[in-house]
Order: sequence, then C-alpha cells, then structure tokens
Amino acid sequence: MENLFNLFVRSIFIDNMIFAYFLGMCSYLAVSKTVKTSVGLGIAVTFVLLVTAPVNWLVDTYLLKPGALAWLSADLADLDLSYLSFMIFIAVIAAIVQLVEMVVEKFSPSLYNALGIFLPLIAVNCAILGVALFVQERDYHSIAEVTVYAGGSGIGWFLAIASLAAIREKITYSNIPKPLRGLGISFIITGLMAIAFMSFMGIKI
Amino acid sequence: MSDISKTKEREPMFSAKVLKLLKNPFNLENPITVQVLGICSALAVTVQMKPAIVMALSVTIVTAFSNLIISSLRDTIPSRIRIIVQLVVVAALVIIVDQVLKAYVYDVSKKLSVFVGLIITNCILMGRLEAYAMANKPWPSFVDGFGNGLGYGLILVIVAFFRELLGSGKIYGFRVIPQAVYDSGYMDNGLMILPPMALITIGVIIWVQRARTPELQEK
Repeated sequence: MENLFNLFVRSIFIDNMIFAYFLGMCSYLAVSKTVKTSVGLGIAVTFVLLVTAPVNWLVDTYLLKPGALAWLSADLADLDLSYLSFMIFIAVIAAIVQLVEMVVEKFSPSLYNALGIFLPLIAVNCAILGVALFVQERDYHSIAEVTVYAGGSGIGWFLAIASLAAIREKITYSNIPKPLRGLGISFIITGLMAIAFMSFMGIKI
Repeated sequence: MSDISKTKEREPMFSAKVLKLLKNPFNLENPITVQVLGICSALAVTVQMKPAIVMALSVTIVTAFSNLIISSLRDTIPSRIRIIVQLVVVAALVIIVDQVLKAYVYDVSKKLSVFVGLIITNCILMGRLEAYAMANKPWPSFVDGFGNGLGYGLILVIVAFFRELLGSGKIYGFRVIPQAVYDSGYMDNGLMILPPMALITIGVIIWVQRARTPELQEK
C-alpha cells in the first residue's frame, strides 16, 4: 500500500510526463490557449491512460514477453514476441480510444461534447504510448501498480497543461518581445515550470 | 547536408519544386520551431550529440519511407480507417529501425530507451502523412519526408551541441574544454543536462529564428 502511494506521488510530481520526459508536448503546446479546453483534454488523457495502460500491461504479460505464452501450452514457452510490442500497443491504444469514444457518446453525451475533438486525437498523443512503454521497460509486477502509475501520470499531465493554460491566459496582457510571442515564450515558461517541479526531486517518501 | 543537395541537383528528378520541399523544412517550415511537430521526443534525447544524431537519422528514415508507402497506397486506403493504416505502416518501420539499432549500436539504443518506440506517435509523422503524403505523388512525398526529418534533425543537433558543450564540456563525447580552464575555476553547468534547459534552449532557438525572419512572428 505504501509502495503504491509512493508510486502515485512520484508519477505526478517527480516523473511528471511533461516536465521530466516531455511526453505529449505537441497537444500540450497546441491546446493550452484557454483553461477550459485544456482541462477537457487533461481529463480525457487521464481517462484514456487509466484504461489503456492496464490493458497493454495484460497484453504484454500474457502474450508478448519472452515465455509469456507458457499458459497456453508448454510448446510455446520459449516464444518471444516482444519485438511486436510497438505495433500491438499502438493498435490496442487506437482501438480503445475508438471504443471509449463510442461508449462515451452513447452513455454521456454531455461529457462527449465537452471532450469533443480531443478524444480521437489522443490515439497519437505520445504520453499514452509513452506510459505503455515505460510500464514495459520498468517491469511493474501487478496490475494495481500499473493502474496507479497510469493514473498518476495522467494527473501530472493534467496539472501541467492546466497550469500552462492559466499562465498563457494571463500572459496575453504582457509586453513580450515580438519574436518570442506565442510559441517561444510557452517553451520558456514550461522550462521554468520544470525547474520549479525539480524541487520535488529531493522528496523521499 | 548541403553536399547531398548539391550532388543531387544535377539529376532531372529534382525540379525546383522538389528542391523546395527539401529546403523549406530547414527554416521557413521547420517541423519543430514553426510547425510545432515532434517536440515530444526532440527534447529528451538531446543531452549528448550521439543519441541526438542517431535519433535524427532514425526519424528521417521513418518519415521518408512512411511518406513513400502511404503516398503509394493513398488511393486504396478508405478514409475512415486511414489513421490505423498509417499507424501500422509507421509501427512496422519503427520496429525495423529499433531492431537495427539494438543490433549495431546497443549502447545508444539503451540511452534512447522508450523514445525509439515513441517515433510512432511522433507528430511529424502523422502531420506529414496527413498534410502531404495523402494528397501527393510518392516521389515528392518521399522528399518531403526526408526534408522534414532533416529539419527536425538540425534542431536536435543544435540543442544537443549546446547542452553537451555547456553541460559536460564535451562535443560528441570528446572533451573540448581543456583541463586548464577547469583548474582556473570554470565549472560545467549541471542544469544544462537536466530536462528544463532543453525547453529553454528550444525557446531561445525560436527567439533567434523569429528575430531573423519576421514573417514567422505571432501577433
């Protein structure tokens, strides 16, 4: 339990998807002009992460890892399909995003309208595939760990995009040098925010 | 890089229009600083020059060939499922690149860790496939992908150059700042190696570029 809490806090603040690994930067920079839309995207990313990461972990553990097919028959015990993982992961993500989109549209049209065009775009958000690959690389042992890590990463991403959007809304009134306006200053703000987040590195839980 | 375009200029395949596809990504249509594509992986691999160059080459190869393949298939792909088809083609190419890297430059492949896999979701790929390859003939698409890959690589190499030089006093793994300078009190800037400075370095590159080409400035 303590371990899970530790992982959760780490994935939000210390291993933040944006500030430590730069994952999902494209949509982070493109959709952070207003707080409202960025909150919508943040929720959508967290939600999709919570669904896809455990599914990808199950696929990896029971189908792709070296020897993972041993539960099927003893002959398959030394089969190693891990070279297929990129293709399977991205296919799973694309399929789940499509599925989530249909389910949300059917059962909660208001949420669907709020998330709007962001849902389909999430399939190509680096943060989603990134979490799946980090889970594979770091060898998490149980589905609880994976889910907690995915949730934490999603919340971390959400925090980052919401705070950048808030700063950008304020900054439209400031007098920034012309060549730096827009994209340039967003990069520098993100850099400064990342320095602020680095202060969490010293925390030991 | 200029040598390549010079030797190829003589061939009739390179009309003025195709050459423009190759040149534009370096400045006016740079994928990172102007189109804002592919930043995700661009920042994390730029602590040293070597991984940055390997990453730049990998992305160039994948962009060029995925553009070529998708452009050849563009009339047969139903538009409803095109994203999945594109992802599968890209994923197959990335698997090949990943296996080659693991076989020949294992240490770099370890350093790049998940970022080779993340080429799949690199926005440059999807951006170029959607914006160019789906509507153009295979050969110009190939050149477009190649040019965009190199434009991406250019920024990567610039960022990696400054981060490695200022962060650890080396260029491509070779020490360039002599010991005497350290003895007189100079110190490497440890912050350059950490993630935040990658963002700030790119911010500064954008600043310099837009100061020189005013038509890129935002209002």
